[in-house]
Amino acid sequence: MSSSVEFDVEKIRRDFPILDRVIEGKRLVYLDNAATSQKPSQVIKAITNYYEQYNANVHRGIHTLSEEATVAYEAVRETVREFIGAEETCEIIFTRNTTEAINLVAYSWGKQNVLPGDEIVLSPMEHHSNLVPWQQLAAEREAKLVYLDLTEDGQINMETAAQLIGPKTRLVAITQMSNVFGTINPVKELAHLAHKNNAIILVDGAQGIPHLKTSVADLECDFYAFSLHKMLGPTGVGILWGKKTLLEAMPPFMFGGDMISSVHRDKTKFNELPWKFEAGTPNVADVIASGVAVDYLNNVGMDNVRAHEIAITRYAIEKLSEIKDIVIYGPLDATKRGGVVSFNINGLHPHDLGQILSDNGVAIRAGHHCCQPLMKDLKVMGTARASFYIYNTLEEVDLLLAALKEAEKVMGHVACR
Amino acid sequence: MSLADDLYRETILDHYHNPRNNGSIENASATVEGVNPLCGDELTLYLKLTPTGLIEDVKLTAHGCSINTASGSMMSEAILGQSVERAQEIIEDFKTMMLTKEDETVFEDELEELEALRGVKKYPVRIKCALLPWNTLLEGIETARQAQAK
Repeated sequence: MSSSVEFDVEKIRRDFPILDRVIEGKRLVYLDNAATSQKPSQVIKAITNYYEQYNANVHRGIHTLSEEATVAYEAVRETVREFIGAEETCEIIFTRNTTEAINLVAYSWGKQNVLPGDEIVLSPMEHHSNLVPWQQLAAEREAKLVYLDLTEDGQINMETAAQLIGPKTRLVAITQMSNVFGTINPVKELAHLAHKNNAIILVDGAQGIPHLKTSVADLECDFYAFSLHKMLGPTGVGILWGKKTLLEAMPPFMFGGDMISSVHRDKTKFNELPWKFEAGTPNVADVIASGVAVDYLNNVGMDNVRAHEIAITRYAIEKLSEIKDIVIYGPLDATKRGGVVSFNINGLHPHDLGQILSDNGVAIRAGHHCCQPLMKDLKVMGTARASFYIYNTLEEVDLLLAALKEAEKVMGHVACR
Repeated sequence: MSLADDLYRETILDHYHNPRNNGSIENASATVEGVNPLCGDELTLYLKLTPTGLIEDVKLTAHGCSINTASGSMMSEAILGQSVERAQEIIEDFKTMMLTKEDETVFEDELEELEALRGVKKYPVRIKCALLPWNTLLEGIETARQAQAK
């Protein structure tokens, strides 16, 4: 999609009914997009339309509704394939969310391929969803977890990465973009290091793909997992993309209906890709609406999304830096990060900040962001985090700043204990 | 609702800025850690009982938000010097106040301050911040009693 398309944030905002919500007498300022994005009315209508017009189970019924539902459901696979630059539609597997996609790989590929003494390499900035499955697999298989080093400003130290990824490495699991630092990781270079050592690389794209034009071919990764709800789609839909050769060699993750081609009393022949990994009735309505979300982003243009976020992040970092006693985490250069800004104001607990901001209509996230080991490394309880998306404005950053000043006033100066 | 009026009313902020009984006890009858896995609040509670079951000393080391810290600080004042049985009654009353929709809990004069935390109920996700010290205390009393029984 060309970036010459006009980017009009006010026009975009009109598509999001929730942005008119009033909280405590103030208009909602939604800055918790890294947790989940809001949904445009096009997506919401797609769900209603499905239930009102052609709700039926997919892949089975020989009747009009079922055929329409199946066609619409399967069409999203192609929409997603194109959006992430994958080669084949059968490499797109629908899951519930990123976490389930990663677990699918850990259970199916992991149990088949990770042996005692093998190493699984992670970064310390992984979300629990790309950490706990590998930790559990490592414990079960007597494999070892190896953590990459981070630089002071929350980037991966690529010099030591070249040593830490070695002949014992079976898998590198890495987030495309940190949900705490906003850091955009050098996935391609890590893929080269993994492949040089005959290892594979799984990329957690949950934070990356909503904001960055992404091609799995360009990233040169082997698995890529993400959720639609962070990119304008409904909750309950995740994607696992994997290289066909890998997926074909993997055993099913769950068993039951739809994932079979023939069942006998004592044995079952499994279905082919991608249905081999989609047991049971899928989330038809939300998958169809997810396709509409991807169409929406294509119409806006991912280059425009990125440019808008760089502008807003740059402005936010510039303004936040003016606050006395603030610590901003991650790289300060807006072109090296996504629209996620984590910070702490000395002496103010992130929860207190979050509460007072909420009373001012400003929704941010406060806490450990499902990255407890990272919080321990940073020696903080948690952080406050503002995260932006296509409908946020510079004016909303100003409202965030005003609410932060209010918080400082309410809480008073607190000496650091 | 205005935050200056309720959630962060003066009492809470006072206890947050100057938490009472902050620190640790050597040779405590019980040392218990309380964590709030969802928000990362952490506290360590030290409890010292007399052989007759009086709370001789209580200390807290908290790394939490204002609600969590203030609640622990007020709790320590409320139970210090009390019998274990009385402390358990106070815990029960406090939990009733925090967990009952329209509670009618009234604390006696010297415990009146605890009612300042009632305002937290307007923020349901933070009730657990206020309860963490109290649940940790329950665990501490249990641990101390088991140790004494041995």
